[in-house]
Amino acid sequence: MATETFYDVMRRQGITRRSFTKFCSLTAAALGLPPAYAAEIQNAMETKPRIPVLWMHGLECTCCSESFIRSGHPLAKDVILSMISLDYDDTLMAAAGHQAEAIVQETIQKYDGNFILAVEGNPPLNQEGMSCIIGGRPFLEQLKEAADHCKAIISWGSCASWGCVQAARPNPTQATPVHKVPGLADKPIIKVPGCPPIAEVMTAVIAYILTFERFPELDLQGRPKMFYSQRIHDKCYRRPHFDAGQFVEHFDDEGARKGYCLYKVGCKGPTTYNACSTVRWNGGLSFPIQAGHPCIGCSEDGFWDKGSFYNRLVDVNGFGIEANADKIGVTAAGAVGIATAAHAAASAVRRARQKAGDEPAKAHDFEGQN
Amino acid sequence: MTTLATPNGFTLDNSGKRLVIDPVTRIEGHMRCEVNIDSSNVIRNAVSTGTMWRGLEVILKGRDPRDAWAFVQRICGVCTGTHALTSVRAVENALKIDIPENANSIRNIMQLSLQVHDHLVHFYHLHALDWVNPVNALKADPKATSELQQRVAPNHPNSSPGYFRDVQTRLRKFVESGQLGPFKNGYWTNPAYKLPPEADLMAVTHYLEALDFQKEIMRVRTIFGGKDIHPNWLVGGVPCAINIDGDMAAGAPINMASLDYVISITQRCIEFVENVYIPDVIAIGGFYKSWLYGGGLSSKSLLAYGDIPDKANDYSPANLLMPHGAIINGKLDEIHPVDLTDPSQVQEFVPHSWYKYEDESKGLHPWDGVTEPHYELGKNAKGTSTRIEELDEAAKYSWIKAPRWRGHAMEVGPLARYIIGYQQGRQDIKEQVDGLLKALDVPMEAMFSTLGRTAARALEAQWAANKQKYFLDKLIANIKAGDTATANTAKFDPSTWPSEVKGVGFSEAPRGALAHWIRIKDGRIDNYQCVVPSTWNGSPRDNQGNIGAFEASLLNTKVERAEEPVEILRTLHSFDPCLACSTHVMGPDGQELAEVKVR
Repeated sequence: MATETFYDVMRRQGITRRSFTKFCSLTAAALGLPPAYAAEIQNAMETKPRIPVLWMHGLECTCCSESFIRSGHPLAKDVILSMISLDYDDTLMAAAGHQAEAIVQETIQKYDGNFILAVEGNPPLNQEGMSCIIGGRPFLEQLKEAADHCKAIISWGSCASWGCVQAARPNPTQATPVHKVPGLADKPIIKVPGCPPIAEVMTAVIAYILTFERFPELDLQGRPKMFYSQRIHDKCYRRPHFDAGQFVEHFDDEGARKGYCLYKVGCKGPTTYNACSTVRWNGGLSFPIQAGHPCIGCSEDGFWDKGSFYNRLVDVNGFGIEANADKIGVTAAGAVGIATAAHAAASAVRRARQKAGDEPAKAHDFEGQN
Repeated sequence: MTTLATPNGFTLDNSGKRLVIDPVTRIEGHMRCEVNIDSSNVIRNAVSTGTMWRGLEVILKGRDPRDAWAFVQRICGVCTGTHALTSVRAVENALKIDIPENANSIRNIMQLSLQVHDHLVHFYHLHALDWVNPVNALKADPKATSELQQRVAPNHPNSSPGYFRDVQTRLRKFVESGQLGPFKNGYWTNPAYKLPPEADLMAVTHYLEALDFQKEIMRVRTIFGGKDIHPNWLVGGVPCAINIDGDMAAGAPINMASLDYVISITQRCIEFVENVYIPDVIAIGGFYKSWLYGGGLSSKSLLAYGDIPDKANDYSPANLLMPHGAIINGKLDEIHPVDLTDPSQVQEFVPHSWYKYEDESKGLHPWDGVTEPHYELGKNAKGTSTRIEELDEAAKYSWIKAPRWRGHAMEVGPLARYIIGYQQGRQDIKEQVDGLLKALDVPMEAMFSTLGRTAARALEAQWAANKQKYFLDKLIANIKAGDTATANTAKFDPSTWPSEVKGVGFSEAPRGALAHWIRIKDGRIDNYQCVVPSTWNGSPRDNQGNIGAFEASLLNTKVERAEEPVEILRTLHSFDPCLACSTHVMGPDGQELAEVKVR
């Protein structure tokens, strides 16, 4: 049987030859390559098969997969049928048991070094790894074998990226995020944290990799800068109320009904790096703060162990004037202008400070080291 | 053993060939299944094993009870929200907090939309490939498929020959690419698949349509809960304040625009379930109605706690729109009341689970539950502790505990709810079930089967979509009457709480009866225990040797090809197993957990 290439797929989706050529030129330009490379990209796309993906599940709750299938742009259907070859995903695949495990081996042999390993969840190290068993063996073994042969790893969600809920104190199974797994092959890892990550962020990461044939630029922690370089607070539609000292004091109070800032009921937006307030959830429909609940910081490392979700942030490094929000709230009406100015200044200083200490990570290509 | 009679009326024989399926795929979480088949390929012994364990309840110890919903919500991202709902109910029960009427309606809408979503995704994306052969769909005549579609569901707009031809073309190119993705290594030549190509094409088309549509269903929860998966909840009500026409309503969580959105989605849910899901189940079921394996416990022992309180704060069975009760010993006309606070009713046993009790001959009520992980294989197991070839079911063999109701292994889930509701004479349920039986021309006994479980789930999705509309109307009527309250925060501050309290919260998760038991001491969680649907259904044997619902349902099933487990998948999937749910259990004492002896 013929193997379908990226070009075949695009043609099948009604994209003309002319558009395809143009797409390749634009891709070359976006990659900073001379025009001559456009032909090379075109050639690669015409002859390369859809990239195989092994999507493995460790200790997790499947929320990442559930989020993924909610993507509106592109549709999960199109990702699965046309963009990647989802050869192993125990949540969706038809085969089970031996026939399922055989696919892992086949992919390793056929696409050694050329498939993407997507990991949802994480392996436990306690109980000899046997508190997560796949095919009678520890998930840890399956993960390491696949990692040995993959091209790159995507760590979906907070479990794979940070450990998440099962790794919260006292972490009874010693659940371990992918990049900290002992003996794991040194492969590029892209972390897409969140519990779960936003669907369109997940599919955009895949689309970016397929389109530009490299990893998106990552921050120091290995997250794509395009989605994780801003705090929720930075672009929150309720930010003006913060600056104006207008806060929800209790759930369902007058402030809650007017959409005031949720800082005083525990919002972690000021310390959480994610795209919720920009991309928003489920096709841009809403996000937790818009629906009246404080951000619980689910894309941050160790967010389960940072105190109650309803305790307000205090003494957070780099948080500056926000710690004084109580005072701002009391004197709100008269002090709005001053508070806003002071806040803006403090934020600017903080940004400058962070910039100085936070060198941007180098963009990864597939051959790069993480 | 060779032959063994279980107290709950089954005969086990492990002398035949042993088959192992690990992983069982298209479920939530990780599961293994072993069966013995006799010389006629009939299953005579079944062993179901939960193969993951996370220990969430010990993680909860010492935490703020108001945060518990977020932790337990991460027990499962498929039935997302149902654990959170159960948790806030447990805390409210412990602290005697009443919630506003609007909060009750909004919670019900969220819970019902989960039922619709979960059942739909289960049927099309986790279960359908047990009945539907996508490769066979390539042989279909698109025109005949169009005629079939118009016959089974005349109201569904996507029914033209061209539409089916396009889908078939896309499918053909996908198959011809040689990269079969999720369909790879399926059992597509197995004679267990019975559909004609046109029905296969129609079903595969709806697999794709449902994949597109399901993302709309949950947008209801994005509006009320801010995101989906894992929307936000609140002890004392719901976090989404209502502001319909006041100052700054546009920035409020619930305003006229967001309500309109929910109204629109709710209507579309009803249409999709009634025009696609139900007709497909009937159409597919019609080709398999002689395949009536998989009854298991469904005609013997069934359990439901009930859910969807009509009025807020009244959890008595009469106020619950989903059925409550227990059936035991096959006496279908005798429905027992269930009391979750009675220490003699729900108990968990561990002689065959990878946990340790001081006295394993006894079960423990969840308020007094103990969990100490103890991973070890029995002496007749084959392989090693980290390379299991065959388990020894005479010893410990699963990360799932064995919950029992008054000592009985019980089946929970849509079928349990529907049989209990039917026996109670609930008019809405009776009409649905009788209509289905008539459409398929089968007797009531046909419900006690794998297909019965699958059909009950579809009926429940239809019921839930319509009840979603009922509560949306109720919410709007209440707002119209001037009540916009969504949260009761009088006891939100832990300093207002008594020093020691305990409570229980329950719900009907998509997969069945769910309850959480909590003890709160000095404002912190002292003990948290969940007994979840897949723990009931997937339980290993207990101290008496009773087998659980998964194991019982596989017995006496004939498999066409021993090496291709399609029949086993079919029946296991009919329960919609959720293994992350079933295997999170942990103890109350915060014991040292890192030390686990493996012998």
